[in-house]
Amino acid sequence: MTMKDMLRSYVLENYLFTDDPSALADADSFLDKGIIDSTGIMEIIAFLEVEFGIVVEDREMVPENLDSIASLVAFVERKRAAAES
Amino acid sequence: MQGALAHRGPDDNGILLSGNTGLAHTRLAIIDPAGGVQPMSDAGRRVHLVFNGEIFNHPELRAALEREGCRFRTRSDTEVVLELYRARGERFLEELNGQFALAVWDERVQRLLLARDRVGIVPLHYTWHGGRLLFASEIKALLPLVPRPEPDVEALDQLMTLWAPVPGRTLFRGMHQLRPGEMISVDRNGMRRRRYWQWDYPDQGDYLAGSPDSLAEELDALLADATRIRLRADVPVAAYLSGGLDSSTLVWLIRRATRAPLSTFSVEFPGSSLDESHHQDALVRTLGLDHRRLALGGDEILGALDQAVWHAESPLFRTAPVPLGLLSGLVRENGYRVVVTGEGADEVLGGYDILKETKVRAFWARQPRSRWRPLLLRRLYPWMNLAGGQSDVYLQRFFGLGLERPEQPFFSHLPRWRSGSRCRVFWSADLRERMREDPHDALAAELPSRFFDYGPFQRAAYLEATHLLPGYLLSTQGDRMLMWHSVEGRFPFLDHRVVDFANRLDPRVKMHVLEEKYLLRRVMRGRIPDAVLRRRKQPYRAPAPAGLAGAGGADLRDDLMSAESIRAAGYFDPVAVGRLLDKMASGRALGHADGLAAAVVLTTQMWHRRFFGDGADHFRRVPSRAVQGIGKAVTGDGG
Repeated sequence: MTMKDMLRSYVLENYLFTDDPSALADADSFLDKGIIDSTGIMEIIAFLEVEFGIVVEDREMVPENLDSIASLVAFVERKRAAAES
Repeated sequence: MQGALAHRGPDDNGILLSGNTGLAHTRLAIIDPAGGVQPMSDAGRRVHLVFNGEIFNHPELRAALEREGCRFRTRSDTEVVLELYRARGERFLEELNGQFALAVWDERVQRLLLARDRVGIVPLHYTWHGGRLLFASEIKALLPLVPRPEPDVEALDQLMTLWAPVPGRTLFRGMHQLRPGEMISVDRNGMRRRRYWQWDYPDQGDYLAGSPDSLAEELDALLADATRIRLRADVPVAAYLSGGLDSSTLVWLIRRATRAPLSTFSVEFPGSSLDESHHQDALVRTLGLDHRRLALGGDEILGALDQAVWHAESPLFRTAPVPLGLLSGLVRENGYRVVVTGEGADEVLGGYDILKETKVRAFWARQPRSRWRPLLLRRLYPWMNLAGGQSDVYLQRFFGLGLERPEQPFFSHLPRWRSGSRCRVFWSADLRERMREDPHDALAAELPSRFFDYGPFQRAAYLEATHLLPGYLLSTQGDRMLMWHSVEGRFPFLDHRVVDFANRLDPRVKMHVLEEKYLLRRVMRGRIPDAVLRRRKQPYRAPAPAGLAGAGGADLRDDLMSAESIRAAGYFDPVAVGRLLDKMASGRALGHADGLAAAVVLTTQMWHRRFFGDGADHFRRVPSRAVQGIGKAVTGDGG
C-alpha cells in the first residue's frame, strides 16, 4: 500500500466513516469540507508520527501541510527527505 | 394512559368525564396532600382543572382572591389556580409564579385551555387524532391513542445538529409540544395560540440604570425571594449541590432562609477528571450540610442508558442525563420528593463559554485580519494550549466560521453546530433522502422579529435560553430525569422576576469582559469560600460512552449496533457505524464529534426499539376501553 493509499483510507475510515473512495478527492480541504474538528487535527498528527516515523514541529502544524491528502503526502515526503539528507 | 404516567404521580389518580371531554390525572402530592386531589372542579362543577407542577406564589394569590370575596375549600395551590382562572379568565396566567402544565375545561363556554410555564420546566404534549385533541405530560401516554406512531426524521436531524428539536417540535411525527410561555385554547371555532410571556431583551441603551453594587443588591433580594418561595411545601425540600457557583448560591440562600437541617445530593465520578467532589467538601463543611453522593462509573451509566432513553423519549447526544436520572433515585430513597437546583443561572446571568466565545468572535469580526484578537480564545479553552500549542492558523479556521457575516442570526453557534453537522454522515441514504428541511432554517423560523435587534451576546443567550434550555437541559436532562423517580425539581434562577430583571441588565454587567456571571459573583462575595467563588465555570459532564467500546458494552454492541440491527431500524448507514465502532475499539483518541455520534447512534437504536420496534408492542395492546374512556381529550372541530 502506498503512503497515499494509507493516508486516504485512514481519513475515509476515521473521519468520513466510509469505504467509498469517491467521498474524498486528493485536493479536498479537510477544513472546508468540515471533515475534521479541532481534536481531529491532533489525531492526524499522531497518525503521521506513529505510521511514518516523523516528528511534526509546532510551526509545521499549519493547513499548508495538513489540510488535504495531497498536502499530507507532500509534507511527509519532505520530512523524510530532510531526515535522510 | 394514566399507567404510562404513574412515575410522574405515584400518590393518587383521578378521572373526570364531562360530555365529550375527559381529564385524567396522576398526582405527586406536595402541597395539601389531602385537599389537592385532581381533576378539581369549582363549586358549581362547571370549570375543571388538571395541573402538573407548582405555583409558588399561591398564598399571595389566595389572599388577593379572598380580599375579592372568593372562598376556598382546600389549602391546595390547585384550587388557587382554578379560582384565579374563574376570576381573571385566560389572563390568569400572567399572575402565576411557578412551573406548570395545566388544562382548564370550561363547560360554560365549551372551551379547553392548555398552558405551559414561561421557561419550559414542565412538559406538555398534544396531538390531533380523529377530530379529537389529545394531550398529556409525556408522549408515551399519547402513543396508545394513535394507530401507528412514527418518528419525525427531520426532528432527529435537528437533534443531531442543533442538540434539540426546534421549539414546538418533538421526535414523533404529529406530536407537538407547547412552547414555553404558550397557551392554546380550543373551542368550536378551532384552535388559537397565544404567547403570554416571551424571553426578551430591551433595545440597546435601555438597560437598567444603577451601579454594580446597587444592581447586585437588587439581584440578591430577588434571588432570596425566588428561593424562599420555592421552599414552600408540605414535605421536606432538599437541594442539589455540584460545588459550582450556582448550586452553592442556592444552598447558601436556603441556609439563610430556614433553620431546618438541609440535605444535599450530588453525583461523583471517582477517578475521572470530571469529578467535582473536592469542591463540594468545602461547602459541606462551611455550611454544615447533610450531603450524600452517588458514585458512578462508566458501566453503571451504560447500564441505565436504556431506562434514561425511555424516560426522555429521545435519543441522547451525550450521557450526562443518566447520572441525574440515577441521582433522583437516591433522593427518593432518602425520603425526599422535592429538590432545589441551579439550572438556568448560566442562561439568565451570563455563564456559558459560548457567550464568551461569541464576545471574542464578535470583537474579532470587527477586524477580521487581526492575528491577535482570536488568540483571546485560548483564554477560554485552556485545552488549546495543552494540545501541543495548536497552530493559531487552525484556531482561526475553526472559530472564524461565519466571521465574514457577523450579522447572520446563528453567528454565535456556527462553530458548535458544525460538529453536529459532521455526524450527518451516519444517516442512512434513505433517511437523508427524506430529510428535506434544513435544521437551521427550521430554527430561524421560530425566531421573533425582536431577535434581529439584539447584539451578538444577547442573540447567543437567547438561543441558549429558548432552544437548548427547554429543549434539552430542562427536559431530557431535567424534568424527565427527576420524574423518573417521582422527584420535583425547583429552579430559583428561573423565577420570571429574576429573568425579567436579568434580561434588562447591560450584557457588560452580566459578563464583565470575560468574567462570567459577574453580578452573581458580586452578590456572593464573602459568603461562600473564595475557591468556589473564583472557580471557572465547569460544564456538567458525565464520562463519555467510551465504556461502549469495552467489555461492559459488548452486549449493547452486538445487540443494538450490529450491521443487522442498524439496517433493520433504518436510521443509520451500517458501514459508517461499523467504522465508528472500529475506531472506538482501536483505542485511538476520539474527537468530540465521534463521542456525539456514538451516543446518538446507540440511543437512537434504543429509542427506536422502545417506541417503534418489537419491544413497543405494549403501546398497541392497550384495552380499547381505556382509549375511549380516559383519553385526556376534547372534541374540537379545529386542528
